[in-house]
Amino acid sequence: MLYLVLAIIALAIAAFFVGQHRAMSIVDGAVSQLHSRPGQHGLFLALVSAGPALLALLAWGGFGPSIETALIKSQFAAELSELSIPQVEAFVRDARAIAFGGIVAFSDATKEAAAKAYQAVHSTGTIAVAILAVLIAITGFVFGYRRITAPFRARHIVERAVKWFLILCSLIAILTTLGIVLSLVFESIRFFQKVPVFSFLFGIHWSPQSAFEGAGAEASSVNALAFGAVPLFAGTFLITVLAMLVAAPIGLMSAIYLSDYASSRVRAVAKPMLEILAGVPTVVYGFFAALTVAPFFRRLGDGFGLDVASESALAAGIVMGIMIIPFVSSLSDDVINSVPQSLRDGSYALGATKSETIRRVILPAALPGIVSALMLAISRAIGETMIVVMAAGLAANLTINPLEAVTTVTVQIVTLLVGDQEFDSAKTLAAFALGLVLFCVTLAMNVAALRVVQKYREQYD
Amino acid sequence: MTDANPSFESADQITDRHTDGDARTRLRRRYAAEFRFKIMGAAAVAVAALFLVGLLSTIVGQAIPAFRANFLQLSVDLSPGNIDPADAKRADYDKIVRTALLAMFPHVTSRQERRAVRGLVSTGSGNLLRRAVASDASILGGTLEYSVPVDDFVDLYLKGLLAERSQYAQLDSTATPSATNGSASLTLDGPALYQLVRSSGHGQTSEDGSIRLTSGEPSYLLEINGGVAKLQEISAEVASVDIYRPLQSAVASGGMQVRVIEAPEAERKISDREIVWIDRLKDDGLIQNHWNTIFFSGGASREPELAGIWGAVVGSTLTMLVTLVLSFPVGVSAAIYLEEFAPKNRWTRLIEVNINNLAAVPSIVFGLLGLAVFLNWFALPRSAPLVGGMVLALMTLPTIIIASRAAIRAVPPSIREAALGIGASKVQTVFHHVLPLAMPGILTGTIIGMAQALGETAPLLMIGMVAFIVDIPGGFTDAATVLPVQVFMWADFPEPGFQQKTAAAILILLGFLVMMNALAVFLRKRFERRW
Repeated sequence: MLYLVLAIIALAIAAFFVGQHRAMSIVDGAVSQLHSRPGQHGLFLALVSAGPALLALLAWGGFGPSIETALIKSQFAAELSELSIPQVEAFVRDARAIAFGGIVAFSDATKEAAAKAYQAVHSTGTIAVAILAVLIAITGFVFGYRRITAPFRARHIVERAVKWFLILCSLIAILTTLGIVLSLVFESIRFFQKVPVFSFLFGIHWSPQSAFEGAGAEASSVNALAFGAVPLFAGTFLITVLAMLVAAPIGLMSAIYLSDYASSRVRAVAKPMLEILAGVPTVVYGFFAALTVAPFFRRLGDGFGLDVASESALAAGIVMGIMIIPFVSSLSDDVINSVPQSLRDGSYALGATKSETIRRVILPAALPGIVSALMLAISRAIGETMIVVMAAGLAANLTINPLEAVTTVTVQIVTLLVGDQEFDSAKTLAAFALGLVLFCVTLAMNVAALRVVQKYREQYD
Repeated sequence: MTDANPSFESADQITDRHTDGDARTRLRRRYAAEFRFKIMGAAAVAVAALFLVGLLSTIVGQAIPAFRANFLQLSVDLSPGNIDPADAKRADYDKIVRTALLAMFPHVTSRQERRAVRGLVSTGSGNLLRRAVASDASILGGTLEYSVPVDDFVDLYLKGLLAERSQYAQLDSTATPSATNGSASLTLDGPALYQLVRSSGHGQTSEDGSIRLTSGEPSYLLEINGGVAKLQEISAEVASVDIYRPLQSAVASGGMQVRVIEAPEAERKISDREIVWIDRLKDDGLIQNHWNTIFFSGGASREPELAGIWGAVVGSTLTMLVTLVLSFPVGVSAAIYLEEFAPKNRWTRLIEVNINNLAAVPSIVFGLLGLAVFLNWFALPRSAPLVGGMVLALMTLPTIIIASRAAIRAVPPSIREAALGIGASKVQTVFHHVLPLAMPGILTGTIIGMAQALGETAPLLMIGMVAFIVDIPGGFTDAATVLPVQVFMWADFPEPGFQQKTAAAILILLGFLVMMNALAVFLRKRFERRW
């Protein structure tokens, strides 16, 4: 398949030069007689020869697997008729795994046969599509070659194609959002068929390990009790609050200091320092939290006679706060700097000191921006994963004591999805439901942050 | 308004509310508040700096030891008796290493001790030797001086990270050993050793005054007659010892050196016997400390001394290639469309809002997207750099689009007007004139986006790049892992040797990030034009 794509790309490059040469030879080198530049003729030829063929391959790559699966299902309809839907899915997955290499749970004769059929269908399909693609490419080339004449408007076609490509690229952002929303919603609906929404959002017991596999009344009654996400929300909230207690004052004060007090030499050192802090990968913070900060608090707690859990919320929260400091400070810095100088001058003229000016004039003027920055920071803290995975615990305690271990939404998503998994068990689907909650909350925070700025920003100019 | 007029009384009674005592106090208080506020700001910056210094110094301090490793030089017998030259792959290399190792310790006889000797070198030594033979068959047929990595705990001891606190005392008293190997008793001519133990308060004193040192107590190693013995029990005249390094003679010694290892034997991962053996090997010059080539060239392993970073570096490179190839053209194209071609209507507004929101979506959600769409829908392989690169490309796309738009917007309209004025089409204007001028800014943004992607872990956990992969990945669909995920996995391993490996891996990751950011800064400084 890869070689086919490479061959088609090679054909496209060849077509470019052929087209260019053809256009030149039609007018015997008198380029001014052509409507479009020779290069545009070349591009046109490359486009019509490679474009449709690549589209055909892309379509096969996208829909091929599901077509194959449908074929297999119809071939083995007799054997699959008495199986439930999850069992059919498992059968197909195992057959695929036998056919194309992978981890198989149980193998039996039927699955082996299905795997054989899979391989046959796959190789036939691939060969058919390859031949089709080559035919399309050759047809396109011949068609395009004949179209090249002096008055032919190659430029218009090429430019329209370029424009459509640009539009397509900018649509990918929308497609991504759509993909996120659809995959989260779709899997969450499947989860909520097993576990009621209400007991997920308001249940206070989280123990997915005790969840029941399969269907039935008993399973749903057990699962409804095992997937209560309130302890996760509480843990996320606790760690976020701790993080903001560190990040908000330090970030804000350093932004104020750097924009209004610091000499340019201090600023030249401190700003890159904050940027370095921002550029450190989160997994490094997680290592730091687990290796240095958590044992430090443990020893400190022992010194005061307090019992600090080795995976305390305190360590994770504080390290997360450190991570967010540069985020808060750079956003607040922008906001504080955008307050016009005239306000400062006016305040100084009335005899206010610098700190009075900042507290009474600048901060109120910059408040919407600062609130928005803090909300963005909170949304970052909620969605942050690696620090809590490495430094916070797995036990879902419902507590507000920062010295105990708590768990968060992101930790549970990672725990539920890392390792071997069955894709339709309540456990893996629960991760998607948690992901949906996470996505909605962070999105709401971001939108709210934007609204705050839009609604309350003062227009000074 | 008469009451507002100042009342004139006698001159010395005139008080101005701007200069009187109250005013001075107020002023002082305001200046104090001003000073406090300034100090608070400086403190905030200082605290942030302190955090950064703490973070970096912890990691650098942990990482330095991992870059060097200790190797033990063995004389391995590769004669045809051990290895059939026609079928060198099948020979028992573990046995060859074992034999060579045991040959260094002729005094070791008991099974337990032999196992301890074998534990001095890495369990993968046989495999390394096999690979050495496979790559160069000419070394077969004789005895070869071959260096194998030592066990991770031995390595930690040699680096001074285990049982590091020792105290030494030189005693003049003579002792006469009853044997040169095994368990023996020492006849002491003076109470100096007894008093040393007694004064330190170690051990359990029985009724007759003799002191017993259990494995829960600090260890006393006595160096006498060219050998080393461990003190088990001592009274004023006699000490019973276990000899770990055979004595050269059983005559009365002329003084002895006592080494007290403060960490009790039961609480450390290396026994007194092993410490004595390692020290002997080191005295003989058989242990060399050099640059840890295994770490830089190997794949993952459960054994800290065999674990390498190269597999993760290759995996990261492949993943980043996919990310770059996908996100750069798409991101730049989207930016061009939005800046140069898009009409200002609801749809383009929607796209813009979308891109800004995507930039703030938690990275783990992109992992869920990759799992649901790429793995389950398109049935792409798990753990593959291809899928990892695709997920990271979607994640970096907003960063690249936003940076590219800013760079394109910074190109002045006069450039466009001039190009259009001499007859270029809109597409020609953009691709021949605007884009080249915006390129430095676009590249800077792209590099910063790639640096973010390089450090990203969470979405890759979702698509199975956390699998334990020993082989160096050879292609885009092979199972692979990346640097930050390797850091995450190593940080979870309980062996203390991995702690240094983790820190070293972080240092390498940070090194790549620093290089990328330096390149971005260079591009910005060198090529960016202010119009």
